[in-house]
Amino acid sequence: MKRIQTIETRDLKKSAANGGCGECQTSCQSACKTSCGVANQKCERKEENKK
Amino acid sequence: MIHQYKLNGYNIVLDVYSGSVHIVDDVVYDMIAMYESAGADATVAAMLEKYGDRPDVTEAELYDCVEDIEALKKAGKLYSTDLYEGIDVGRLKEKNEIKALCLHVAHTCNLNCEYCFASQGKYHGERALMSYEVGKRALDFLVENSGSHVNLEVDFFGGEPLMNFDVVKKLVAYARSIEKEKNKNFRFTLTTNGVLVDDDVIDFANREMNNVVMSIDGRREVHDRFRRDYAGNGSYDKIIPKFQKFARARGDREYYVRGTYTHYNTDFTNDLFHLADLGFSRLSMEPVVCAPDDPCALTEDDLPTLYEQYEILAKEMIKRERDGKPLTFYHYMIDLSHGPCIYKRLSGCGSGVEYLAVTPWGDLYPCHQFVGDEKYLMGNIWDGVTNTGLRDRFKNCNVYARRGCDDCWGKLYCSGGCAANAYHATGDILGTYEYGCKLFLKRMECAIMMQAAMYEDEKENKKTE
Repeated sequence: MKRIQTIETRDLKKSAANGGCGECQTSCQSACKTSCGVANQKCERKEENKK
Repeated sequence: MIHQYKLNGYNIVLDVYSGSVHIVDDVVYDMIAMYESAGADATVAAMLEKYGDRPDVTEAELYDCVEDIEALKKAGKLYSTDLYEGIDVGRLKEKNEIKALCLHVAHTCNLNCEYCFASQGKYHGERALMSYEVGKRALDFLVENSGSHVNLEVDFFGGEPLMNFDVVKKLVAYARSIEKEKNKNFRFTLTTNGVLVDDDVIDFANREMNNVVMSIDGRREVHDRFRRDYAGNGSYDKIIPKFQKFARARGDREYYVRGTYTHYNTDFTNDLFHLADLGFSRLSMEPVVCAPDDPCALTEDDLPTLYEQYEILAKEMIKRERDGKPLTFYHYMIDLSHGPCIYKRLSGCGSGVEYLAVTPWGDLYPCHQFVGDEKYLMGNIWDGVTNTGLRDRFKNCNVYARRGCDDCWGKLYCSGGCAANAYHATGDILGTYEYGCKLFLKRMECAIMMQAAMYEDEKENKKTE
């Protein structure tokens, strides 16, 4: 695609099947305590289990 | 749903429901904006009208772009519709398992900051310190209610938690003594104003704390405007050398210098750059949340300045990254390829269900922001959550339940935002704190633009290798 570059992103649709373990950090429990989202949270699941 | 924006020379198209991010040129940017409603022929005609004088824009070329757009659409990476309506949005909260506690070990503080949401650490109540017995029971309560969760988070919070440091040390020792047997991994955070930081605190924190949050607002005059002791003296000169030593000693361990900006310092990037000059590289700066009639409250008129500030910060961070002197800004951390799954993105922050705050005397609240508001008392660490109706309300707090999020492109990045902010702004935990939303969306645009810049840098580097 000459005029379009697509950055590699996690496939959210697939994550409906392989996500949901709940081991990730609670959103507010780090630097924020007032205005946190989830975008900056890490997934705790190992790569091989995410595919 | 898509969201398009131009920033710092990048044309970015976000496909909301798939999470895809595309960097496009001006022509395709315009095509994507109209293609879905106008179709191929009308889009190509419009582009020929607009860009026809450019030698690289021919009818054949534009139809090639149409094919590319269609290919992305077919792959589910463009114009995707809501794929998750039937999903078990409550999965992460269905068992009422708890995985994080905010332990209010000290409802007292050695600073008297005017803007403090916790009313100088007292949370509108009496001064109090948590006893070891209460803290120990809180940790047992967490383990007992954590189900199969291995990673358990405990934030030592206040007030100023170092005013009860002996109890903090004993509680960490107790947690470490049970984690193997219980198959748990405690991750501790210490949030401190720095006044009582010494070598003992630094050594202990470096052994035991996964994360340390150091409260500094930035430049001396900004920091000392609010962060003063009870005699009215600013704390900047006292805490900066301590925090510098602390940050150096953290090495590769996690820490954040966290500040609050207000109407008085809408040029807050100068505070962040000041902190960087002091040697701090992991930064967070939060917009103040307070009553609208408070003189330090941010105003609608401040918004253009704040947007510009976030852009200045993003551009400067790209520059520093390229110069090999990277800065981390908490709200620009985004991992597009290994970020949270869709359940996390839909289900909200977890307050009131997965995450609870514990007062010095063992009462439970949905989060630290609700402590002191008796309507939000959930139970206690001995009897557990007894106000199950309240827990159910928080359990239902998710993107789909939150009014005002339906058409928002940012909903899978914020997960509906902060329940406490929504409550304070609208009287309802399912409301939306619109001012906070505006700033959040701006931060996301900047964060994703930075990812685009890094993506192009990597590509360029590969070419030259």
